[in-house]
Amino acid sequence: MKSRLIDVAGRHQIRVYEGGNGPQLLFIHGAGGLLPNDPFLARLARDYSVTAPLIPGYEDSDSTVPLRTMLDFTLFGFDVWQTLKLDNPVLVGHSMGGMIAAEMAAVANTSVERLALICPAGLWLDEHPVGDLFATLPYELPPLLFFDPAKHGGLLSAGGDFNDPEFLTDFLVGNARRMGTAGKILFPIPDRGLAERLYRIRARTQIIWGAGDRLIPPIYAQRFNDLIGASQLTMVSQAGHMVPYEQVETVVKCIAALHN
Amino acid sequence: MKFTWFNLMPWPYLPDDFREKYRSVWVDIPSTLYDPVKGHELYNTYLDELEYAEQLGYDGIGVNEHHANAYGLMPSPNIMAASLARRTSKAALVVLGNSIALYNPPIRVAEEFAMLDVISGGRLVAGFPVGTSMDTNFCYGDIPALTRERYAEAHDLIKQAWREQEPFAFNGRYTKLRYANCWPKPIQSPPPIFIPGGGSLETYDFCLDHDYVYCYLSFSGYKRAKQLMDGYWQRVADRGKDLSPYRAGFAQTIVVAESDAEAERDYREHIDYFYNRCLHVYPGFADAPGYRTIKTLKANVTSQMTRQAVGDVSSMSWDQLVSDGYVIAGGPDTVAAQMKELITGLRVGNIFCLIHVGNMPKEKCMRSSKLFAEEVIPQLRDLWPDYATDDRFWVHPLATHTNRPAAAAVGN
Repeated sequence: MKSRLIDVAGRHQIRVYEGGNGPQLLFIHGAGGLLPNDPFLARLARDYSVTAPLIPGYEDSDSTVPLRTMLDFTLFGFDVWQTLKLDNPVLVGHSMGGMIAAEMAAVANTSVERLALICPAGLWLDEHPVGDLFATLPYELPPLLFFDPAKHGGLLSAGGDFNDPEFLTDFLVGNARRMGTAGKILFPIPDRGLAERLYRIRARTQIIWGAGDRLIPPIYAQRFNDLIGASQLTMVSQAGHMVPYEQVETVVKCIAALHN
Repeated sequence: MKFTWFNLMPWPYLPDDFREKYRSVWVDIPSTLYDPVKGHELYNTYLDELEYAEQLGYDGIGVNEHHANAYGLMPSPNIMAASLARRTSKAALVVLGNSIALYNPPIRVAEEFAMLDVISGGRLVAGFPVGTSMDTNFCYGDIPALTRERYAEAHDLIKQAWREQEPFAFNGRYTKLRYANCWPKPIQSPPPIFIPGGGSLETYDFCLDHDYVYCYLSFSGYKRAKQLMDGYWQRVADRGKDLSPYRAGFAQTIVVAESDAEAERDYREHIDYFYNRCLHVYPGFADAPGYRTIKTLKANVTSQMTRQAVGDVSSMSWDQLVSDGYVIAGGPDTVAAQMKELITGLRVGNIFCLIHVGNMPKEKCMRSSKLFAEEVIPQLRDLWPDYATDDRFWVHPLATHTNRPAAAAVGN
């Protein structure tokens, strides 16, 4: 994957990762952003021409006009789409990115034809509260996000140690920007009314969930499936919230099904 | 010098094994630890102490705002200030303050502060804190990265509401009022405004832009505050403002006895209760991502978020707390000497005296307050002779004041 800085609508100067060959795919990342040398993107690039923007507030993506509301984040997705002149891409979003992708598909329901939502945020069930990512300490993240934190947890810190104070300091500064941005649509409860708009989605939709997701319990998968018209649900075993990194081939197969 | 007697109003009945059993004194502490019947006695005791501070001659009596917090039992400081307004007549009512971004709409603060100022005859000091992340974000759900923008807008609305003589339309991003119209208006125009800050350049400038009093409210004492306050005064000088010490205030834990040994004997357990039990806050609540600016974070980031640090329940000792200046403790002369060092070292004209500490009973609190008022304050009162007439940063009460003791109201 290569990356470059692009100007979006004269409002944002953002970094976008691009690579691969095949049908176009627009990927919207989750609250944690993209991982270094993101292995999921690298795998997608084997089958797709991948475009993955970093939302303003992530790494060196910046904004002169801050994103504040759900509508701002949704329109940002379309601004990137139009700036890069994408043509009917598969829209894929993970976690917070799934929430944004679902909004995009609901708002512009004749533009988005293929949609993959991977453990999306955006709904709230009182009996099954979503974990509080904003009060979670860095060292608590791997067991919250991964089915097998021992095997994959190091992905989050790129080999650094959350219990090493020096590494932690650097991580916290970056995390404050990333999660500060995410908080605009996820804090304190990740519900900005999406449930009332999901009925509008006309895209063929794959809902993909880690059966061992401890952040957004799998019961939310069923709720999304109930509220979206033409959706198919796949529950992936041996995977948590970071299912695209724990069971990448299963996830890629689900996305591929959108083309059948 | 201006001395404000401050009571955080802590809950004094936290169990001995509190830190082992519960992760935080704030935000998610179970309310089963609170007992409203004991609370009845406690509130009234704490209010008695504040009233007593006025009798002792403190310049101000202070209250503040916290939510879901076992060391600060005042979700509504204005209710406490209203109780005090009727039962006092001389002391400034230092409300430090209302977290203005949390009032919906924030003109409510303009109205309630105006009421307090009018009832008290112009004795209100109005504090406008951003509020801690625990209160503002976790307890009141304000989005961390938008808190400061919302705060700035609330501030502008309140100031305009006090200033305008006619109803006006306020088209803010967060608050839209077709008819903003503050009834009543405060006696003071406006009341002195105190801003709690934690070292960010933006807050220094905000205070200097408006001639507000910059207040550093820390529990870690004057020795650790030097660098931050030096930064503030450097900024004051850089901006070409006068260096009046009344532009700044500092909160300090203080306990006074007849002698140093007696202070340790009598107050040690209460200091221990406060520093080792009340300040047990889960680090995940201390700083919601986005709450602090990146610039501030880079300067002040802590590493209290490792597994080891979170699991550490070791206690800070009396010796450590006293020698490091967290607590100024001792006989009157010991305390006065350290207070002089604090006042001149930090260049502050306002001291917020944290004399009630932790689970300190009323009698000890009254004795410590009395010794400080009678034997320490006189040694400190005139430390800033060059600014003796600088009254820009303090209250301007009415010359004649209507004080109605309870009996008078029923004609006895």
